[in-house]
Amino acid sequence: MTVLAVRALSKAFGGVQAVRQVSFTIAAGELLALIGPNGAGKTTCFNLVNGQLPPDAGEVEFLGESLLGLAPRKIWRRGVGRTFQITATFASMTVRENVQMALLSHHRRLASVFSLARRQHVDEADALLARVHMRDQADRPCAVLAYGDLKRVELAVALAHQPRLLLMDEPTAGMAPAERSDLMQLAADLARGSGIAVLFTEHDMDVVFRHADRIAVLSGGELIANGSPQEVRADAAVREVYLGSYA
Amino acid sequence: MMTRRRALLGVASLAVAFSAAPLAQAQTIKVGEMNSYKLFPAFLEPYKKGWELALEEINKAGGINGRKLEVVSREDGGNPGDAVRTAEELLSRENVSVLMGTFASHIGLAVSNLANQRKVVFVAAEPLTDKIVWENGNRYTFRIRPSTYMQVAMLVPDAAKLKKQRWAIVYPNYEYGQSATASFKKLLSKAQPDAQFVGEQAPALNKIDAGAVVQALIDAKPDAIFSSLFGADLQKFVREGNLRGLFKDRPVFNLLAGEPEYLDPLKDETPDGWYVTGYPWNEIKTPAHQKFLAAYQAKWKDYPRLGSVVGYSTLYTVANMLKRAGGTDTEKMIAAMKGMEMDTPIGPIVWRPIDNQSTMGAYVGRLAKKQGKGVMVNWRYADGALFLPTFEEVRALRKE
Amino acid sequence: MTYSSVLIQFLNGLAGASTLFLVAAGLSLIFGVTRIINFAHGSLYMLGMYVAVWAAEPLGFWWSVPIAALAVAVFGAGVEIALLRRIYGAPELLQLLATFALVLIVKDFTLWQWGPEDMLGPRAPGFSGAVEIAGRPFPEYELFLIGFGPLVLGALWLLLTRTRWGTLVRAATQDREMAGALGVNQKWLFTGVFALGALLAGLGGALQIPREPATLLIDLSVVSDAFVVVVVGGLGSIGGAFVAALLIAEIKAFCIGLGFSQLTLVVEFIVMAVVLVLRPWGLLGRVPAPARGAGGAEPPLEAPSPAAIGALLALCGALALVPALSAGYTLVLLTDVLVFALFAVSLHFIMGPAGLHSFGHAAYFGLGAYGAGLLLVRGGLPMELSLLLGPLAGGLGAVLFGWFCVRLSGVYLAMLTLAFAQIAWSVVFQWDAFTGGSNGLIGIWPAPWLSSKTAYYYVTLALSAGGVALLWRALYSPFGYALRAGRDSPLRADAIGIDVRGLQWAAFSLAGLFAGVAGALYAFSKGSISPESLSVPRSVDGLVMVLLGGIQTLTGPLWGAALFTWLQDAVARGIDYWRAVIGGVVLLLVLAFPQGLTGFLRRRSAA
Repeated sequence: MTVLAVRALSKAFGGVQAVRQVSFTIAAGELLALIGPNGAGKTTCFNLVNGQLPPDAGEVEFLGESLLGLAPRKIWRRGVGRTFQITATFASMTVRENVQMALLSHHRRLASVFSLARRQHVDEADALLARVHMRDQADRPCAVLAYGDLKRVELAVALAHQPRLLLMDEPTAGMAPAERSDLMQLAADLARGSGIAVLFTEHDMDVVFRHADRIAVLSGGELIANGSPQEVRADAAVREVYLGSYA
Repeated sequence: MMTRRRALLGVASLAVAFSAAPLAQAQTIKVGEMNSYKLFPAFLEPYKKGWELALEEINKAGGINGRKLEVVSREDGGNPGDAVRTAEELLSRENVSVLMGTFASHIGLAVSNLANQRKVVFVAAEPLTDKIVWENGNRYTFRIRPSTYMQVAMLVPDAAKLKKQRWAIVYPNYEYGQSATASFKKLLSKAQPDAQFVGEQAPALNKIDAGAVVQALIDAKPDAIFSSLFGADLQKFVREGNLRGLFKDRPVFNLLAGEPEYLDPLKDETPDGWYVTGYPWNEIKTPAHQKFLAAYQAKWKDYPRLGSVVGYSTLYTVANMLKRAGGTDTEKMIAAMKGMEMDTPIGPIVWRPIDNQSTMGAYVGRLAKKQGKGVMVNWRYADGALFLPTFEEVRALRKE
Repeated sequence: MTYSSVLIQFLNGLAGASTLFLVAAGLSLIFGVTRIINFAHGSLYMLGMYVAVWAAEPLGFWWSVPIAALAVAVFGAGVEIALLRRIYGAPELLQLLATFALVLIVKDFTLWQWGPEDMLGPRAPGFSGAVEIAGRPFPEYELFLIGFGPLVLGALWLLLTRTRWGTLVRAATQDREMAGALGVNQKWLFTGVFALGALLAGLGGALQIPREPATLLIDLSVVSDAFVVVVVGGLGSIGGAFVAALLIAEIKAFCIGLGFSQLTLVVEFIVMAVVLVLRPWGLLGRVPAPARGAGGAEPPLEAPSPAAIGALLALCGALALVPALSAGYTLVLLTDVLVFALFAVSLHFIMGPAGLHSFGHAAYFGLGAYGAGLLLVRGGLPMELSLLLGPLAGGLGAVLFGWFCVRLSGVYLAMLTLAFAQIAWSVVFQWDAFTGGSNGLIGIWPAPWLSSKTAYYYVTLALSAGGVALLWRALYSPFGYALRAGRDSPLRADAIGIDVRGLQWAAFSLAGLFAGVAGALYAFSKGSISPESLSVPRSVDGLVMVLLGGIQTLTGPLWGAALFTWLQDAVARGIDYWRAVIGGVVLLLVLAFPQGLTGFLRRRSAA
């Protein structure tokens, strides 16, 4: 089942065509990595999908409905979770409270002024934290966490809304190599277990080729390959782009 | 039994404590004085020296029926809220018997309003607002200085005599300037029905953009100008007006500009021939003023400003009232003030029973330069009694 | 207006613009590099004026100008080294508080040194007369100023683009951390920039002495003008400051020329509000790079321990017992403390948890006060109803203004709140027939059964304590948490479906409502109400209370309000230079406890 369908997406900045006619789809439970050399248009493409940038042309369809023109928080309501390249958490709250915030939003209880926030959805939050192995750190303030742990908190936060699609921007950026695979394995397990589609960008090719179900390769704003890791590894155009740029 | 006796003892000792307090204070009478010393120092430092001189004289002469007079002086914070708190402090902590002071109209009104609520006598020193004795007057509030209306009325006869048709007006944009302007228009129109008012400029207090204001007045092509500017605004206005030729062949009437507080800073730029109200301290030769002048200069090694006269006379008002009332009973003090006659350095005054306004006047004259300094010439004393509204008008205003 | 008067008014505007530009350029430079909002910039200008008038007597005007400018620059460098350097790491609002303390100290120093009377300087030799322009005499000195402003602009431009030092300044303006990483000696760069800004302010002041007397009131009026210019032009943009100075000075000149002189009270704030609503970063400003790591995150909000709740309840109980012990002035003072405590807590509600820094919170205090007063005096409602309904005026004002304000952030938000407060103030000030104009309204006393000090004290205690409790309680609710979430990370909040602006708007309105309650209580405790209740100094008082107590704690504003009110009351009575004393105390507190009083106490107890 197709969760996300991107069709003929284009975006230009001034005279520079950053993204040109890019199309791809992601199915439920599938992990799609969006890769490409620097300046290939990954970040632009990613921001077009998550609503941070408006495209010049094209369509972003989520479960059959267009996401174009929606504010990020509306996109989230539809069932799209996100993690950021530089983690974004609420520094003045504990780990559990971060997840509780997402749950409160999920249950549409943010405007409540009479209940005590701390007592809401505690078990649900702890269950989510357990899934990302952060249960034992639930009471620590986010401000003091290790970076890898923050990434996992973000994952729990993103899962709170039971999303159908997860957008992860450079999920392992800033982490030690050993940690990277662990985190991505965790994300992959969670996604596959719950049938969540995942779109992620990533620099670390080890991570990409080990965890992605499919890889979409961008170069010069265009999609030059889209297939399984094996297919992409064998793709002549991809080899040229990468070897060319690394040679 | 035991507890009851102890309670009784407690009550008794409390009663002693309370009754002891007035006994201890019987020696002195406390007057609560408050003003915006930090906000208007140019006027209020001389004012303070004025009442300090009066205090010294009064106590040297035996005080109030043998009791010493004490002034508890406070900075009022320069805004009505803090001023009211200051007044409360004077009343409830210092146990003063009467309040005096204040400068700006809104603070004077706020304290007068409190005096009415707390039922204490308040002698307003400097506020010029007409409202404090008329529209918002109350039986506890007395005011010594001639009000805005009165001072305007003192200038209007001269203005009407000139038979100038086109008048431009400039005033600081707050109650004093607004009511000076309204009174001037009303009184001049009455005296000279064909007068026209062709331009009005209301710069914010202390923020006049003098160049633009002077130019706008020139553009209005007036025959004469009425101004109620003072302080820094006046200095800027005079300098720009001189430079840009606004005052050439145009008579100017300016309220208060003859008061040393505002005149002295003008120095050699003092515009010639302006009609002003003020205080020509070095030329007044009445015995009362000579005596005051000598005493003031002896004590302070400085010449008096108008503020000095106001401070001096206000405290003497309080002292005379206390003497006449024979004590500090508020009702007796009010009764004593009604129609009370007394001398001040600038002439005898009467406290009008109908509106609690004194008949203190002001000096009206023209400005001139002498040895690089501004002075008042051709001046005369305008007795306040002649420029007060009639009893009918007052009754209508006070809604009595 | 005739052609020639249009021309003359245009020239008047140009001359005014030059002066405005000099002050604003310095302020903008300082902010650009150090990120300090220098409240004391007007004080530097004032010092420039006084030094120039003072030096002009023996040395003549033209010598006095550079001397004054240099003296102020040296003073500025001293301030930077002795004070600001120690607090660059502190939260920006605390830095603001420190510069505000400087304002108080400089003012009293000036009073002590030069006395209370206005000092008019000499005319400028060589430029003392007038020349004929379009058939009118026009002061030569104004022509000199018209030329001087662009000259300074040019010199600054050369300095910033053609010298190494200028390049460093520009680099630091764009990205302070980056410049630091590039090995720029930040210490001396900052000192240099502050001295240059001070020099410009001193120069502006000195050049003004032929046009207006040096007075003690000029500092705040100049700094508020300069803020407006800098914000309208875009923070950190020198060119923007020039354009904005021109725009505002011309608009003012033509307001006067066209006979709308009353508008000069507020026209610059209207311009600022319009510009900020349409162009949130000023005319030539750029979207600021978010400052990284400034201040440090506050700790999670812990549930109040039973002991803490007990202590607060005991405090309420103790306060309730006070009338039994003393019925006099203590009650009056405590009533004020309670009113300001509620005011400060309501301000803290948006400044702390919601991260909305308001410089104009007094607007809602004043609107509440006027709401109550007008309902009583003009509406003829009973006092009890007026007290309860009046605060709605504060709430409604906050609903209206808040809608615009929450669209901005940081300094721009603060300046927009200030602009709205000034606009509200000017309406109240000018609308004589309804609000009583500058005099305000009197006769606003409690109903007879509440008129004793004790009875009214209990009313105040009940409403203030209730208000504070409600606001605090709201912070523990999902609503309060969502506010903090929006402050901590707007990006993340948005990404989990939190409507940050909507919540901030609601918080702003709620804070306005409770500020209105404080205002209404205040009105009835004083019996009168005047425009000062919504003026800038009242807003600043609120800021000082919140910051003194410490913005990172809930109870901070309470202690801040109590300390500030008590200090003002006790010090003003006993000491002549009380402003300087308050300023000194604030400076000491800022230097000793950069996180505020309660922040310090808490760290002590945690250690």
